[in-house]
Amino acid sequence: MKTLRAALAIAAKDLRIEWRTRTALLTSTVFAALVFLIFVFSRDTGGVSLATLAPSVLWVTLALAVMVALNRAFLLEKENSALEGILLAPVSRSAIFWGKWLANLGFVLMIEAIAFPLWILFFDVRIQPALLVVALLALLAAIGFTAVGTVFSAMTVRTRFAELLLPVLLLPFMIPPLFFASQGTVRLFEGRSVTEIWSWLRLLALYDLAFLAVATMLFPKVMDE
Amino acid sequence: MIPDSSAADRVIRRGRLLTVVGLVLLAGIYLLAFQFTPAERGQGLAFKILYVHAPAAWAAETAFVLVGLVGILYFWLKDERLDVFAEASAEVGMVFATVILTTGPIWGRTIWGHYWAWDPRLTFTLLLYVLFAGYFALRSAIRDPAERARFAAVLGIMGMLLVPFIHLTVYLFRSQHPMPVLGRPPCPLENPDCAPSLPWVLLRPLLASFVVFTLLYVGFVTIRYGIGLRRAAQEGSDA
Repeated sequence: MKTLRAALAIAAKDLRIEWRTRTALLTSTVFAALVFLIFVFSRDTGGVSLATLAPSVLWVTLALAVMVALNRAFLLEKENSALEGILLAPVSRSAIFWGKWLANLGFVLMIEAIAFPLWILFFDVRIQPALLVVALLALLAAIGFTAVGTVFSAMTVRTRFAELLLPVLLLPFMIPPLFFASQGTVRLFEGRSVTEIWSWLRLLALYDLAFLAVATMLFPKVMDE
Repeated sequence: MIPDSSAADRVIRRGRLLTVVGLVLLAGIYLLAFQFTPAERGQGLAFKILYVHAPAAWAAETAFVLVGLVGILYFWLKDERLDVFAEASAEVGMVFATVILTTGPIWGRTIWGHYWAWDPRLTFTLLLYVLFAGYFALRSAIRDPAERARFAAVLGIMGMLLVPFIHLTVYLFRSQHPMPVLGRPPCPLENPDCAPSLPWVLLRPLLASFVVFTLLYVGFVTIRYGIGLRRAAQEGSDA
């Protein structure tokens, strides 16, 4: 109970800072919109329709936006040695992980909430009832990305080349959830029923559970002084 | 717990001895494979690449699994030598993975007709390769030895958890895109499953090669471990 309250306090703090400046949120969503544009302009305009491209574009864009978003997660704490303040607080290291993870998840979901309608608009997505399932896939993928990403950004922020190192560490870990999510999306675009993508949802949930558990165990080791 | 550099030198000497023995035996494998083993019926000479390829895969996978296991042990025992070993094992694993990723496409060109196919095993090895490239990038970006050891162990353990997911991914991925496997003879009617049972004469060099590659792994890792110990001893005396 105490852990949960501490975690929520840390998450609320991070999200409040984010909300007051809104710089990172704005930059990340503009970045996502730009990735959409890059796809539109780099495709073969005669041969490849936007609808064919749409599922892949969604997932590549979200993966890149998550990367940009996670980089700032612990950068925030570096200023004025704020991290030491948190470490000195009488809360467990797992509570810090859960707080940081929740904040990152909230942040990524905000980006997804803005990027998702843009994607529907730009790529003329017309699979209305199934869009809810795509949103569910996006939620599950975001949980997995941020669980791994929170641990890695806590490590990379203490190194040189943090901005470069985080994608190199994180991308191999993103391949399985990205694959599961994009396969589910492709099925929905083909007009398959929701029950048919049940297995992809389950795989994503399994990934999330496995990495949330191991991240909770390992994060305190990263924070040891 | 890091021994002094004279002890590290002894470790390196022992590793060199093992490696020399391993290399001599490797020459023996080549001789056995090319001189005393007939060509395989379907694949001809290209088949002989298996005698290097498969044992290299065994050595690389052993190396990478040990990095993860040693990571767990490190958090338990807090012995810096475990980190030195993990680094050595990861580096040697990369060397063997390079052998897999070069011999695989050479074989593929002859048998499949193209160098690269998104075949599950090939893709799996490539993903492991980039995962461990990240491992070294992380190590090289941290100066403090204790912090480096902790972070590397965390990444090693998480990597070990990722492996079954990558495995699943590449197999599911492939089931969507079956690859043309050129030059593979069709199964005989009486045995539609055609289990790949190698005749003894073709199997013999393979088994011998597994032993030799295991020895080479131990030899390489021992040398690299000794170098790591020497470096750690220096870092300790500098600090």
